[in-house]
Amino acid sequence: MPASVRTTGTVVTGIGVVAPTGLGVEAHWQAVLAGKSGISRISRFDPSPYPVKLAGQVPGFVAKEHVPGRLIPQTDHWTHLGLAAAQAALDDARVVPAELPEYEMAVVTAGSSGGTEFGQHEMERLYQNGPSWVGAYQSIAWFYAATTGQVSIRHGMRGSCGVVCNEQAGGIDAVGQARRLLRSDASLVVSGGTDASLCPYGLVAQLATGRLSSSEDPDRAYLPFDVDAAGYLPGEGGAILIMERAEAARGRGVGGGYGSILGYAAGFDPPPDSTRPPVLRRTIERAIADAGLTPADVDVVFADAAGDREADLAEAAAITAVFGAKAVPVTAPKTLTGRLYGGGGSLDVATALLALREGVIPFTAGPSRLAPGIDIDLVLGQPRSTPLRAALVLARGYGGFNAALVLGRGMDD
Amino acid sequence: MSRFTLEELREIMRSSAGVDEGVDLDSDIGDLEFDELGYDSLAVLEFASIVQRRYGVPIPDDIVTESGTPAKAVHFINTQIEKAGV
Repeated sequence: MPASVRTTGTVVTGIGVVAPTGLGVEAHWQAVLAGKSGISRISRFDPSPYPVKLAGQVPGFVAKEHVPGRLIPQTDHWTHLGLAAAQAALDDARVVPAELPEYEMAVVTAGSSGGTEFGQHEMERLYQNGPSWVGAYQSIAWFYAATTGQVSIRHGMRGSCGVVCNEQAGGIDAVGQARRLLRSDASLVVSGGTDASLCPYGLVAQLATGRLSSSEDPDRAYLPFDVDAAGYLPGEGGAILIMERAEAARGRGVGGGYGSILGYAAGFDPPPDSTRPPVLRRTIERAIADAGLTPADVDVVFADAAGDREADLAEAAAITAVFGAKAVPVTAPKTLTGRLYGGGGSLDVATALLALREGVIPFTAGPSRLAPGIDIDLVLGQPRSTPLRAALVLARGYGGFNAALVLGRGMDD
Repeated sequence: MSRFTLEELREIMRSSAGVDEGVDLDSDIGDLEFDELGYDSLAVLEFASIVQRRYGVPIPDDIVTESGTPAKAVHFINTQIEKAGV
């Protein structure tokens, strides 16, 4: 690709948050700084027959306040959250899509479950009443690309569109793909993602990994890196990001936005019985090299924080191998929301951009005593104020996906 | 005697496909095209399937698209109901 395009960079000019920590960027950021948890007993259905009873749920979300009336019965809850976040992100970026060239606007979201709640409802109609009771909208509502498609249609964005389906890594990979599109013919990309799979069918599918926490104590259920780590909690929601070429953003008068995408890398782990090491370390190194930085330039790491003893050890080992023991602050605000799958990486990107802007590292609520062998500087107890220039965001998707993103602080230009 | 009414069509559209902002389903919609009311082929398919279940009469997939308007759809559906003698 031409060097002149590459050096102009990619910036995030708008953020829309729909998460257990709140609706909107400000509500989310204040909850994160205060360590205010969005974890509670599942209320979208009765969780009593299931081994997992806690989750991060988006508080006070009423679809008809955010989603066009026509789209509500046609789309799943996860798409409702995505449409709401996309609108908020566009407003935040002061973008009026109708004023921009339709083929230069692209949409790439992450989604790992599709419309499970919608699909469950239709399956109930199938086995209770018969095939003719299955609604026509099942054909589009369950589909992983539904959120991307509905955002594209609603806002008249006819550029390259796609969906990334690789569990928690998706929220980072969608940003990576958006950057790729901005280096070719897109001038604006709606990126990020949401997921919402808090229905019996969706929860049972998640249980298959054996990695969820069955604790019923909201304060102790999801403790990544802690000696008592016993799995993670699921959550719903995420963040949608508006990404643009830096010069285009400057041209629109929105400056450097929240910050820039400096580097990105993805990797895939060897099979479990392989003697080769996991790829996270190399993925981190490649992302930092892609940013043209060295590890010493990274001021904070937003961890994947699986909450699983072995996965936590592996992540800590990768961080320590790249940066040195306790050499960089590490945090995981996702203990306040649970793991949001396709929405998780992008919410971490949003949080990291806010941290860079404010010069504050949010703390990790929950863990108190690091497990033996975990030699990282996990930010605990309270936010840490410190000048920040670059942040590294990590995400691992179940099945072997690894993704790393390096973000730079926005410049006031 | 009309068995299927415009009011019923409104109710089915509202619950199955929703209503576009800027469209007043309660207004005089009889001769407006489904397109103009914001309903695409999938919405019409869903509508036809619900009517078929409720009245047990065949509604070919293309009927409402061909009918084009709520008034024509109501007329067609009533013809089908009479034919079926239900």
